[in-house]
Amino acid sequence: MMRSFAEMLLRAAQGLSLDETLLLWESEESGGSSVGWLRDAMASRLADMERSVREAEEAHCRGRLIGDDGSLIGLYRERAAEPLSGPLVLRACQIALSVATYNAAMGRIVAAPTAGSCGILPGLLFGYEEVFGADRERLLGALIVAGGVGEIVARRATLAGAEGGCQAECGAAGAMGTAALVFLRGGSAEACVHGAALLLKSVLGLICDPVAGLVEVPCVKRNGLLTGLAVLAADMALAGVRSVIPPDEVIDAMGAVGRALPEAFRETARGGLAATPTGCSLRKALVGEVPPLDAEEVQLP
Amino acid sequence: MSLLDIIGPVMVGPSSSHTAGAVRLGWLARQCWGEPPKEVDLFLRGSFAATYWGHGTDRALAAGLQGLSPDDPRVPEALDLARDSGLAFRFHGEEIDGAHPNSVRFHFIGQDREMEIVGASIGGGSVRIQSLDGFCLNLSGELESLVTFHRDLPGVVAAVAGELARLGVNIATMNLHRGGRGERAAMVIELDKRIDGSIVDDLRSVHPALERMFLIPAGGDVR
Repeated sequence: MMRSFAEMLLRAAQGLSLDETLLLWESEESGGSSVGWLRDAMASRLADMERSVREAEEAHCRGRLIGDDGSLIGLYRERAAEPLSGPLVLRACQIALSVATYNAAMGRIVAAPTAGSCGILPGLLFGYEEVFGADRERLLGALIVAGGVGEIVARRATLAGAEGGCQAECGAAGAMGTAALVFLRGGSAEACVHGAALLLKSVLGLICDPVAGLVEVPCVKRNGLLTGLAVLAADMALAGVRSVIPPDEVIDAMGAVGRALPEAFRETARGGLAATPTGCSLRKALVGEVPPLDAEEVQLP
Repeated sequence: MSLLDIIGPVMVGPSSSHTAGAVRLGWLARQCWGEPPKEVDLFLRGSFAATYWGHGTDRALAAGLQGLSPDDPRVPEALDLARDSGLAFRFHGEEIDGAHPNSVRFHFIGQDREMEIVGASIGGGSVRIQSLDGFCLNLSGELESLVTFHRDLPGVVAAVAGELARLGVNIATMNLHRGGRGERAAMVIELDKRIDGSIVDDLRSVHPALERMFLIPAGGDVR
Protein backbone atom coordinates (compact mmCIF):
# COMPACT_ATOMS: atom_id res chain seq x y z
CA MET A 1 0.00 0.00 0.00
CA MET A 2 1.10 3.53 -0.71
CA ARG A 3 1.21 4.28 2.98
CA SER A 4 4.34 6.21 3.83
CA PHE A 5 6.75 8.79 2.53
CA ALA A 6 9.53 6.57 3.90
CA GLU A 7 8.57 3.82 1.47
CA MET A 8 8.09 6.34 -1.34
CA LEU A 9 11.67 7.54 -0.85
CA LEU A 10 13.02 3.97 -0.71
CA ARG A 11 11.33 3.17 -4.00
CA ALA A 12 12.46 6.45 -5.57
CA ALA A 13 16.05 5.59 -4.65
CA GLN A 14 15.95 2.66 -7.07
CA GLY A 15 16.70 4.82 -10.09
CA LEU A 16 13.39 5.90 -11.63
CA SER A 17 12.25 9.52 -11.42
CA LEU A 18 9.69 10.25 -8.68
CA ASP A 19 6.72 10.48 -11.07
CA GLU A 20 7.67 7.17 -12.78
CA THR A 21 8.14 5.58 -9.35
CA LEU A 22 4.65 6.66 -8.30
CA LEU A 23 3.01 5.45 -11.52
CA LEU A 24 4.69 2.05 -11.22
CA TRP A 25 3.67 1.79 -7.57
CA GLU A 26 0.08 2.74 -8.37
CA SER A 27 -0.01 0.27 -11.24
CA GLU A 28 1.19 -2.58 -9.00
CA GLU A 29 -1.43 -1.74 -6.37
CA SER A 30 -4.36 -1.26 -8.69
CA GLY A 31 -3.71 -4.72 -10.07
CA GLY A 32 -4.77 -3.96 -13.61
CA SER A 33 -4.11 -0.40 -14.74
CA SER A 34 -0.89 -0.17 -16.75
CA VAL A 35 1.61 2.64 -16.25
CA GLY A 36 0.76 3.93 -19.73
CA TRP A 37 -2.98 3.98 -19.03
CA LEU A 38 -2.44 5.79 -15.72
CA ARG A 39 -0.16 8.36 -17.36
CA ASP A 40 -2.75 9.04 -20.06
CA ALA A 41 -5.54 9.33 -17.49
CA MET A 42 -3.48 11.83 -15.48
CA ALA A 43 -2.69 13.75 -18.69
CA SER A 44 -6.41 14.05 -19.26
CA ARG A 45 -6.83 15.41 -15.72
CA LEU A 46 -4.09 17.98 -16.46
CA ALA A 47 -5.97 19.01 -19.61
CA ASP A 48 -9.23 19.33 -17.63
CA MET A 49 -7.40 21.43 -15.06
CA GLU A 50 -6.02 23.73 -17.75
CA ARG A 51 -9.50 24.07 -19.23
CA SER A 52 -10.86 25.03 -15.80
CA VAL A 53 -8.26 27.83 -15.61
CA ARG A 54 -9.14 29.10 -19.07
CA GLU A 55 -12.89 29.00 -18.43
CA ALA A 56 -12.55 30.56 -14.97
CA GLU A 57 -10.45 33.46 -16.29
CA GLU A 58 -12.90 34.12 -19.12
CA ALA A 59 -16.00 33.84 -16.94
CA HIS A 60 -15.11 36.51 -14.33
CA CYS A 61 -17.54 34.86 -11.90
CA ARG A 62 -18.74 36.13 -8.59
CA GLY A 63 -20.14 34.12 -5.74
CA ARG A 64 -23.06 34.89 -3.48
CA LEU A 65 -20.72 36.42 -0.89
CA ILE A 66 -17.50 37.03 -2.79
CA GLY A 67 -16.53 39.20 -5.73
CA ASP A 68 -14.24 38.61 -8.68
CA ASP A 69 -10.97 38.82 -6.72
CA GLY A 70 -8.96 37.12 -9.49
CA SER A 71 -9.61 40.11 -11.72
CA LEU A 72 -8.52 42.51 -8.96
CA ILE A 73 -5.18 40.71 -8.78
CA GLY A 74 -4.97 40.86 -12.59
CA LEU A 75 -5.37 44.64 -12.58
CA TYR A 76 -2.87 44.97 -9.74
CA ARG A 77 -0.36 42.85 -11.67
CA GLU A 78 -0.64 45.26 -14.60
CA ARG A 79 0.04 48.39 -12.57
CA ALA A 80 2.42 47.18 -9.85
CA ALA A 81 5.90 47.10 -11.30
CA GLU A 82 7.28 44.96 -8.51
CA PRO A 83 4.62 43.18 -6.49
CA LEU A 84 5.89 42.32 -3.02
CA SER A 85 5.24 38.61 -3.42
CA GLY A 86 6.94 38.31 -6.81
CA PRO A 87 5.59 37.29 -10.24
CA LEU A 88 5.06 33.56 -9.58
CA VAL A 89 3.19 33.95 -6.30
CA LEU A 90 0.93 36.71 -7.58
CA ARG A 91 0.06 34.90 -10.80
CA ALA A 92 -0.52 31.60 -8.96
CA CYS A 93 -2.73 33.44 -6.48
CA GLN A 94 -4.73 35.04 -9.29
CA ILE A 95 -5.37 31.68 -10.96
CA ALA A 96 -6.24 30.03 -7.64
CA LEU A 97 -8.76 32.77 -6.77
CA SER A 98 -10.37 32.60 -10.22
CA VAL A 99 -10.68 28.79 -10.26
CA ALA A 100 -11.99 28.61 -6.68
CA THR A 101 -14.54 31.35 -7.48
CA TYR A 102 -15.53 29.47 -10.63
CA ASN A 103 -16.15 26.41 -8.45
CA ALA A 104 -18.36 28.47 -6.12
CA ALA A 105 -20.36 29.59 -9.17
CA MET A 106 -20.98 26.00 -10.31
CA GLY A 107 -18.19 25.97 -12.88
CA ARG A 108 -16.56 22.72 -13.97
CA ILE A 109 -13.31 22.09 -12.08
CA VAL A 110 -10.98 19.27 -11.07
CA ALA A 111 -11.20 18.46 -7.34
CA ALA A 112 -7.53 18.51 -6.25
CA PRO A 113 -7.83 17.01 -3.75
CA THR A 114 -11.26 18.52 -3.03
CA ALA A 115 -13.59 20.99 -4.72
CA GLY A 116 -13.07 23.51 -1.91
CA SER A 117 -9.30 23.51 -2.53
CA CYS A 118 -9.46 23.20 -6.33
CA GLY A 119 -7.61 26.46 -7.10
CA ILE A 120 -4.25 25.79 -5.46
CA LEU A 121 -2.72 23.18 -7.76
CA PRO A 122 -3.78 24.80 -11.05
CA GLY A 123 -2.52 28.12 -9.67
CA LEU A 124 0.91 26.71 -8.90
CA LEU A 125 1.29 24.48 -11.99
CA PHE A 126 0.05 26.89 -14.64
CA GLY A 127 1.45 29.94 -12.84
CA TYR A 128 4.85 28.23 -12.93
CA GLU A 129 4.44 27.29 -16.60
CA GLU A 130 3.65 30.88 -17.49
CA VAL A 131 6.39 32.53 -15.45
CA PHE A 132 9.25 30.05 -15.86
CA GLY A 133 8.21 27.84 -18.77
CA ALA A 134 7.86 24.05 -18.49
CA ASP A 135 7.09 21.37 -21.03
CA ARG A 136 3.95 19.23 -20.84
CA GLU A 137 5.75 16.09 -19.69
CA ARG A 138 7.33 17.94 -16.80
CA LEU A 139 4.01 19.49 -15.74
CA LEU A 140 2.38 16.07 -15.94
CA GLY A 141 5.17 14.64 -13.77
CA ALA A 142 4.55 17.40 -11.23
CA LEU A 143 0.82 16.63 -11.16
CA ILE A 144 1.60 12.95 -10.53
CA VAL A 145 3.98 13.87 -7.70
CA ALA A 146 1.24 16.08 -6.21
CA GLY A 147 -1.20 13.17 -6.46
CA GLY A 148 1.26 10.83 -4.74
CA VAL A 149 1.59 13.23 -1.81
CA GLY A 150 -2.21 13.50 -1.60
CA GLU A 151 -2.52 9.73 -1.56
CA ILE A 152 -0.27 9.41 1.47
CA VAL A 153 -2.21 12.15 3.27
CA ALA A 154 -5.48 10.36 2.44
CA ARG A 155 -4.16 7.00 3.68
CA ARG A 156 -2.57 8.24 6.91
CA ALA A 157 -4.98 11.08 7.77
CA THR A 158 -7.86 12.50 5.76
CA LEU A 159 -8.65 14.90 2.91
CA ALA A 160 -12.13 15.81 4.16
CA GLY A 161 -12.82 19.14 5.87
CA ALA A 162 -15.66 17.49 7.79
CA GLU A 163 -13.16 15.08 9.33
CA GLY A 164 -9.95 17.10 9.56
CA GLY A 165 -10.73 20.77 9.04
CA CYS A 166 -9.24 23.02 6.36
CA GLN A 167 -5.71 21.73 7.06
CA ALA A 168 -6.92 18.53 5.35
CA GLU A 169 -8.25 20.35 2.28
CA CYS A 170 -6.36 23.57 1.49
CA GLY A 171 -3.48 22.38 3.68
CA ALA A 172 -3.19 19.11 1.77
CA ALA A 173 -3.50 20.92 -1.57
CA GLY A 174 -0.72 23.28 -0.51
CA ALA A 175 1.50 20.35 0.50
CA MET A 176 0.81 18.64 -2.82
CA GLY A 177 1.58 21.86 -4.70
CA THR A 178 4.83 22.36 -2.78
CA ALA A 179 6.05 18.90 -3.80
CA ALA A 180 5.03 19.63 -7.41
CA LEU A 181 7.06 22.87 -7.43
CA VAL A 182 10.15 21.19 -5.97
CA PHE A 183 9.83 18.51 -8.66
CA LEU A 184 9.49 21.16 -11.41
CA ARG A 185 12.70 22.79 -10.16
CA GLY A 186 14.55 19.47 -10.34
CA GLY A 187 14.69 18.93 -6.58
CA SER A 188 15.25 15.46 -5.11
CA ALA A 189 12.42 13.17 -4.03
CA GLU A 190 13.50 13.86 -0.44
CA ALA A 191 13.20 17.61 -1.02
CA CYS A 192 9.70 17.13 -2.52
CA VAL A 193 8.50 15.20 0.52
CA HIS A 194 10.09 17.58 3.05
CA GLY A 195 8.66 20.59 1.22
CA ALA A 196 5.19 19.06 1.61
CA ALA A 197 5.85 18.48 5.31
CA LEU A 198 7.09 22.06 5.83
CA LEU A 199 3.90 23.43 4.34
CA LEU A 200 1.61 21.18 6.31
CA LYS A 201 3.38 22.04 9.57
CA SER A 202 2.65 25.72 8.99
CA VAL A 203 -1.11 25.18 8.68
CA LEU A 204 -1.54 22.49 11.33
CA GLY A 205 -4.87 23.03 13.05
CA LEU A 206 -6.39 25.23 10.33
CA ILE A 207 -10.14 24.99 10.85
CA CYS A 208 -12.94 24.62 8.31
CA ASP A 209 -15.42 27.44 9.06
CA PRO A 210 -17.39 28.27 5.90
CA VAL A 211 -19.74 31.24 6.31
CA ALA A 212 -23.33 30.13 5.71
CA GLY A 213 -21.93 26.72 4.77
CA LEU A 214 -20.98 28.01 1.33
CA VAL A 215 -17.63 27.16 -0.31
CA GLU A 216 -16.77 30.89 -0.51
CA VAL A 217 -15.70 32.65 2.71
CA PRO A 218 -12.93 32.00 3.71
CA CYS A 219 -12.32 29.09 1.30
CA VAL A 220 -11.61 31.04 -1.89
CA LYS A 221 -9.07 33.42 -0.35
CA ARG A 222 -7.37 30.55 1.45
CA ASN A 223 -6.84 29.00 -1.98
CA GLY A 224 -5.11 32.19 -3.08
CA LEU A 225 -3.00 32.55 0.05
CA LEU A 226 -1.85 28.94 0.22
CA THR A 227 -0.12 29.31 -3.16
CA GLY A 228 2.27 31.83 -1.59
CA LEU A 229 3.05 29.54 1.29
CA ALA A 230 3.66 26.65 -1.12
CA VAL A 231 6.15 28.66 -3.17
CA LEU A 232 8.09 29.57 -0.04
CA ALA A 233 8.03 26.03 1.35
CA ALA A 234 9.35 24.78 -2.02
CA ASP A 235 12.22 27.29 -1.95
CA MET A 236 13.07 26.28 1.63
CA ALA A 237 13.14 22.59 0.68
CA LEU A 238 15.25 23.33 -2.40
CA ALA A 239 17.66 25.27 -0.18
CA GLY A 240 18.13 22.14 1.91
CA VAL A 241 15.86 22.95 4.85
CA ARG A 242 14.45 19.70 6.25
CA SER A 243 11.59 19.00 8.65
CA VAL A 244 12.92 17.85 12.03
CA ILE A 245 9.74 15.81 12.49
CA PRO A 246 9.73 13.14 9.75
CA PRO A 247 7.11 13.83 7.03
CA ASP A 248 5.09 10.70 7.88
CA GLU A 249 4.81 11.83 11.49
CA VAL A 250 3.74 15.29 10.35
CA ILE A 251 0.82 13.72 8.42
CA ASP A 252 -0.06 11.58 11.44
CA ALA A 253 -0.07 14.70 13.62
CA MET A 254 -2.34 16.42 11.12
CA GLY A 255 -4.76 13.48 11.34
CA ALA A 256 -4.68 13.50 15.14
CA VAL A 257 -5.22 17.27 15.29
CA GLY A 258 -8.15 16.91 12.90
CA ARG A 259 -9.80 14.24 15.03
CA ALA A 260 -9.33 16.43 18.11
CA LEU A 261 -10.95 19.49 16.47
CA PRO A 262 -14.36 20.32 17.94
CA GLU A 263 -17.17 19.67 15.49
CA ALA A 264 -17.82 23.43 15.25
CA PHE A 265 -14.56 23.68 13.28
CA ARG A 266 -15.20 20.82 10.88
CA GLU A 267 -17.36 22.12 8.05
CA THR A 268 -20.46 22.58 10.18
CA ALA A 269 -20.51 26.36 9.70
CA ARG A 270 -21.00 26.75 13.46
CA GLY A 271 -17.60 28.09 14.50
CA GLY A 272 -14.74 30.40 13.53
CA LEU A 273 -15.55 33.00 10.88
CA ALA A 274 -18.97 31.43 10.28
CA ALA A 275 -19.94 32.22 13.89
CA THR A 276 -18.86 35.90 13.84
CA PRO A 277 -21.64 38.52 13.97
CA THR A 278 -21.08 39.29 10.28
CA GLY A 279 -20.90 35.60 9.37
CA CYS A 280 -24.23 35.02 11.11
CA SER A 281 -25.97 37.99 9.53
CA LEU A 282 -24.71 37.05 6.06
CA ARG A 283 -26.19 33.61 6.61
CA LYS A 284 -29.49 35.05 7.76
CA ALA A 285 -29.71 37.30 4.72
CA LEU A 286 -29.01 34.42 2.34
CA VAL A 287 -31.42 32.00 3.98
CA GLY A 288 -34.08 34.72 3.85
CA GLU A 289 -33.91 34.70 0.05
CA VAL A 290 -34.56 30.97 -0.18
CA PRO A 291 -38.06 29.54 -0.54
CA PRO A 292 -38.54 27.20 2.42
CA LEU A 293 -38.67 23.46 1.84
CA ASP A 294 -41.47 22.07 3.92
CA ALA A 295 -43.62 19.02 4.12
CA GLU A 296 -46.13 20.58 1.77
CA GLU A 297 -45.43 20.45 -1.91
CA VAL A 298 -43.26 23.40 -2.81
CA GLN A 299 -42.15 23.89 -6.38
CA LEU A 300 -38.73 25.52 -6.45
CA PRO A 301 -38.35 28.52 -8.75
CA MET B 1 -7.93 6.16 -2.96
CA SER B 2 -6.03 6.18 -6.22
CA LEU B 3 -4.17 8.99 -8.00
CA LEU B 4 -7.30 9.64 -10.07
CA ASP B 5 -9.41 10.00 -6.92
CA ILE B 6 -6.93 12.49 -5.46
CA ILE B 7 -6.64 14.53 -8.68
CA GLY B 8 -10.33 14.35 -9.47
CA PRO B 9 -13.13 13.89 -10.01
CA VAL B 10 -13.76 16.40 -12.77
CA MET B 11 -16.97 17.97 -11.53
CA VAL B 12 -19.28 20.93 -11.54
CA GLY B 13 -18.79 22.78 -8.23
CA PRO B 14 -19.05 23.79 -5.54
CA SER B 15 -19.18 20.71 -3.30
CA SER B 16 -18.12 17.10 -3.80
CA SER B 17 -20.76 15.83 -1.35
CA HIS B 18 -23.62 18.27 -1.98
CA THR B 19 -23.14 18.73 -5.75
CA ALA B 20 -21.11 15.92 -7.36
CA GLY B 21 -22.47 13.34 -4.90
CA ALA B 22 -26.02 14.58 -5.47
CA VAL B 23 -25.65 14.13 -9.25
CA ARG B 24 -24.45 10.57 -8.64
CA LEU B 25 -27.39 9.83 -6.33
CA GLY B 26 -29.85 11.07 -8.93
CA TRP B 27 -28.08 9.03 -11.60
CA LEU B 28 -28.10 5.84 -9.50
CA ALA B 29 -31.77 6.32 -8.59
CA ARG B 30 -32.57 6.69 -12.30
CA GLN B 31 -30.73 3.42 -13.01
CA CYS B 32 -32.79 1.70 -10.31
CA TRP B 33 -36.03 3.09 -11.73
CA GLY B 34 -34.94 1.63 -15.06
CA GLU B 35 -36.19 4.23 -17.53
CA PRO B 36 -36.14 8.02 -17.93
CA PRO B 37 -38.31 9.28 -15.04
CA LYS B 38 -41.22 11.64 -15.74
CA GLU B 39 -42.43 12.42 -12.24
CA VAL B 40 -40.40 12.33 -9.03
CA ASP B 41 -40.92 13.77 -5.55
CA LEU B 42 -37.63 14.42 -3.77
CA PHE B 43 -37.50 14.68 0.01
CA LEU B 44 -34.27 16.34 1.17
CA ARG B 45 -33.00 15.49 4.64
CA GLY B 46 -30.50 16.97 7.09
CA SER B 47 -27.80 19.15 5.60
CA PHE B 48 -29.18 18.53 2.09
CA ALA B 49 -32.37 20.30 3.19
CA ALA B 50 -30.49 22.99 5.13
CA THR B 51 -27.92 24.02 2.50
CA TYR B 52 -29.20 22.73 -0.85
CA TRP B 53 -29.66 26.33 -2.03
CA GLY B 54 -25.99 27.17 -1.56
CA HIS B 55 -24.63 24.06 -3.27
CA GLY B 56 -27.03 23.58 -6.16
CA THR B 57 -28.08 20.25 -4.64
CA ASP B 58 -31.55 20.55 -6.21
CA ARG B 59 -30.08 21.14 -9.67
CA ALA B 60 -27.54 18.36 -9.12
CA LEU B 61 -30.21 15.81 -8.18
CA ALA B 62 -32.33 16.86 -11.15
CA ALA B 63 -29.27 16.53 -13.42
CA GLY B 64 -28.58 12.98 -12.27
CA LEU B 65 -32.24 12.03 -12.69
CA GLN B 66 -31.92 13.18 -16.32
CA GLY B 67 -28.86 10.98 -16.82
CA LEU B 68 -26.21 13.72 -16.66
CA SER B 69 -22.82 13.02 -15.09
CA PRO B 70 -21.15 15.15 -12.35
CA ASP B 71 -18.89 16.82 -14.93
CA ASP B 72 -21.65 17.75 -17.38
CA PRO B 73 -21.61 21.54 -17.86
CA ARG B 74 -25.43 21.45 -18.08
CA VAL B 75 -25.74 20.56 -14.37
CA PRO B 76 -26.42 24.20 -13.34
CA GLU B 77 -29.33 24.40 -15.83
CA ALA B 78 -30.80 21.01 -14.93
CA LEU B 79 -34.03 22.44 -13.46
CA ASP B 80 -34.67 24.39 -16.67
CA LEU B 81 -33.84 21.30 -18.76
CA ALA B 82 -36.37 19.31 -16.74
CA ARG B 83 -39.04 21.97 -17.12
CA ASP B 84 -38.45 22.20 -20.87
CA SER B 85 -38.82 18.42 -21.20
CA GLY B 86 -42.03 18.43 -19.17
CA LEU B 87 -40.51 16.48 -16.29
CA ALA B 88 -42.06 17.03 -12.87
CA PHE B 89 -39.40 17.03 -10.17
CA ARG B 90 -40.86 18.36 -6.90
CA PHE B 91 -38.62 19.16 -3.93
CA HIS B 92 -39.64 18.86 -0.29
CA GLY B 93 -37.91 18.76 3.06
CA GLU B 94 -38.37 16.09 5.67
CA GLU B 95 -37.00 15.36 9.11
CA ILE B 96 -36.37 11.70 9.86
CA ASP B 97 -34.81 10.53 13.11
CA GLY B 98 -31.52 8.76 12.51
CA ALA B 99 -31.37 9.60 8.80
CA HIS B 100 -27.94 10.20 7.25
CA PRO B 101 -27.22 13.97 7.41
CA ASN B 102 -26.76 14.23 3.63
CA SER B 103 -29.59 12.13 2.32
CA VAL B 104 -32.60 12.21 0.04
CA ARG B 105 -35.68 10.08 -0.55
CA PHE B 106 -36.85 9.75 -4.15
CA HIS B 107 -40.47 8.82 -4.87
CA PHE B 108 -40.77 7.85 -8.52
CA ILE B 109 -44.22 7.84 -10.08
CA GLY B 110 -44.83 6.00 -13.37
CA GLN B 111 -47.89 5.06 -15.38
CA ASP B 112 -48.62 1.85 -13.51
CA ARG B 113 -45.92 1.66 -10.84
CA GLU B 114 -44.14 3.65 -8.16
CA MET B 115 -40.75 3.23 -6.50
CA GLU B 116 -39.13 4.60 -3.36
CA ILE B 117 -35.36 5.01 -3.09
CA VAL B 118 -33.30 6.48 -0.24
CA GLY B 119 -29.69 7.47 -0.82
CA ALA B 120 -26.93 9.30 1.03
CA SER B 121 -23.86 11.27 -0.01
CA ILE B 122 -21.14 9.98 2.28
CA GLY B 123 -18.26 12.34 1.42
CA GLY B 124 -15.81 13.11 -1.37
CA GLY B 125 -18.48 12.46 -4.01
CA SER B 126 -19.04 8.86 -2.86
CA VAL B 127 -22.65 7.82 -2.39
CA ARG B 128 -24.74 4.92 -1.13
CA ILE B 129 -28.24 3.88 -2.07
CA GLN B 130 -29.55 2.79 1.34
CA SER B 131 -32.94 1.40 0.51
CA LEU B 132 -35.02 0.35 -2.48
CA ASP B 133 -38.78 0.07 -2.02
CA GLY B 134 -38.26 -0.33 1.71
CA PHE B 135 -35.59 -3.02 1.41
CA CYS B 136 -32.43 -2.01 3.27
CA LEU B 137 -29.62 -2.51 0.80
CA ASN B 138 -26.23 -1.00 0.24
CA LEU B 139 -25.33 0.08 -3.26
CA SER B 140 -22.39 2.35 -4.09
CA GLY B 141 -22.32 2.10 -7.87
CA GLU B 142 -18.53 1.88 -7.69
CA LEU B 143 -18.56 -1.76 -8.78
CA GLU B 144 -20.75 -3.42 -11.38
CA SER B 145 -23.95 -4.13 -9.46
CA LEU B 146 -26.71 -6.62 -10.07
CA VAL B 147 -30.01 -5.85 -8.32
CA THR B 148 -32.84 -8.36 -7.99
CA PHE B 149 -36.38 -8.30 -6.64
CA HIS B 150 -37.68 -11.77 -5.96
CA ARG B 151 -39.79 -14.04 -3.73
CA ASP B 152 -37.97 -15.30 -0.64
CA LEU B 153 -37.78 -18.96 -1.71
CA PRO B 154 -35.03 -21.60 -1.38
CA GLY B 155 -32.48 -21.61 -4.16
CA VAL B 156 -32.89 -18.11 -5.61
CA VAL B 157 -29.59 -16.81 -4.30
CA ALA B 158 -27.81 -20.07 -5.19
CA ALA B 159 -29.23 -20.03 -8.73
CA VAL B 160 -28.02 -16.50 -9.41
CA ALA B 161 -24.65 -17.07 -7.72
CA GLY B 162 -24.23 -20.40 -9.54
CA GLU B 163 -24.87 -18.82 -12.92
CA LEU B 164 -22.37 -16.04 -12.15
CA ALA B 165 -19.82 -18.71 -11.15
CA ARG B 166 -20.47 -20.54 -14.43
CA LEU B 167 -19.74 -17.28 -16.27
CA GLY B 168 -16.50 -16.86 -14.32
CA VAL B 169 -17.67 -13.67 -12.59
CA ASN B 170 -16.47 -13.17 -9.02
CA ILE B 171 -18.89 -11.76 -6.45
CA ALA B 172 -17.28 -8.93 -4.46
CA THR B 173 -20.09 -8.18 -2.00
CA MET B 174 -23.65 -9.29 -1.54
CA ASN B 175 -26.54 -8.04 0.55
CA LEU B 176 -30.00 -9.38 0.90
CA HIS B 177 -33.15 -8.20 2.66
CA ARG B 178 -36.66 -9.66 2.79
CA GLY B 179 -40.02 -8.34 3.91
CA GLY B 180 -40.64 -11.59 5.82
CA ARG B 181 -40.28 -15.33 5.40
CA GLY B 182 -41.50 -16.31 1.94
CA GLU B 183 -42.40 -12.72 1.09
CA ARG B 184 -40.83 -10.24 -1.34
CA ALA B 185 -37.08 -9.81 -1.09
CA ALA B 186 -34.32 -7.83 -2.76
CA MET B 187 -30.62 -8.39 -3.25
CA VAL B 188 -27.61 -6.39 -4.41
CA ILE B 189 -24.61 -8.29 -5.77
CA GLU B 190 -21.45 -6.31 -6.52
CA LEU B 191 -19.23 -7.90 -9.16
CA ASP B 192 -15.52 -7.72 -9.83
CA LYS B 193 -15.99 -7.87 -13.58
CA ARG B 194 -18.03 -5.90 -16.08
CA ILE B 195 -20.71 -8.03 -17.64
CA ASP B 196 -22.74 -7.61 -20.78
CA GLY B 197 -26.33 -6.40 -20.39
CA SER B 198 -27.57 -9.37 -22.42
CA ILE B 199 -26.31 -11.74 -19.71
CA VAL B 200 -28.90 -10.21 -17.38
CA ASP B 201 -31.65 -11.49 -19.67
CA ASP B 202 -30.28 -15.03 -19.24
CA LEU B 203 -29.86 -14.56 -15.49
CA ARG B 204 -33.51 -13.55 -15.11
CA SER B 205 -34.61 -17.04 -16.14
CA VAL B 206 -32.40 -19.02 -13.72
CA HIS B 207 -35.16 -19.15 -11.08
CA PRO B 208 -38.94 -18.68 -11.39
CA ALA B 209 -39.11 -16.62 -8.18
CA LEU B 210 -37.06 -13.81 -9.78
CA GLU B 211 -39.41 -10.92 -10.51
CA ARG B 212 -37.14 -8.13 -11.61
CA MET B 213 -33.42 -7.86 -12.20
CA PHE B 214 -31.25 -5.06 -13.51
CA LEU B 215 -27.60 -4.17 -13.88
CA ILE B 216 -25.98 -0.89 -12.83
CA PRO B 217 -22.72 -0.43 -14.72
CA ALA B 218 -19.63 0.32 -12.60
CA GLY B 219 -18.92 4.03 -12.31
CA GLY B 220 -21.23 4.53 -15.29
CA ASP B 221 -21.60 8.20 -14.51
CA VAL B 222 -18.03 9.22 -13.70
CA ARG B 223 -14.87 9.71 -15.66
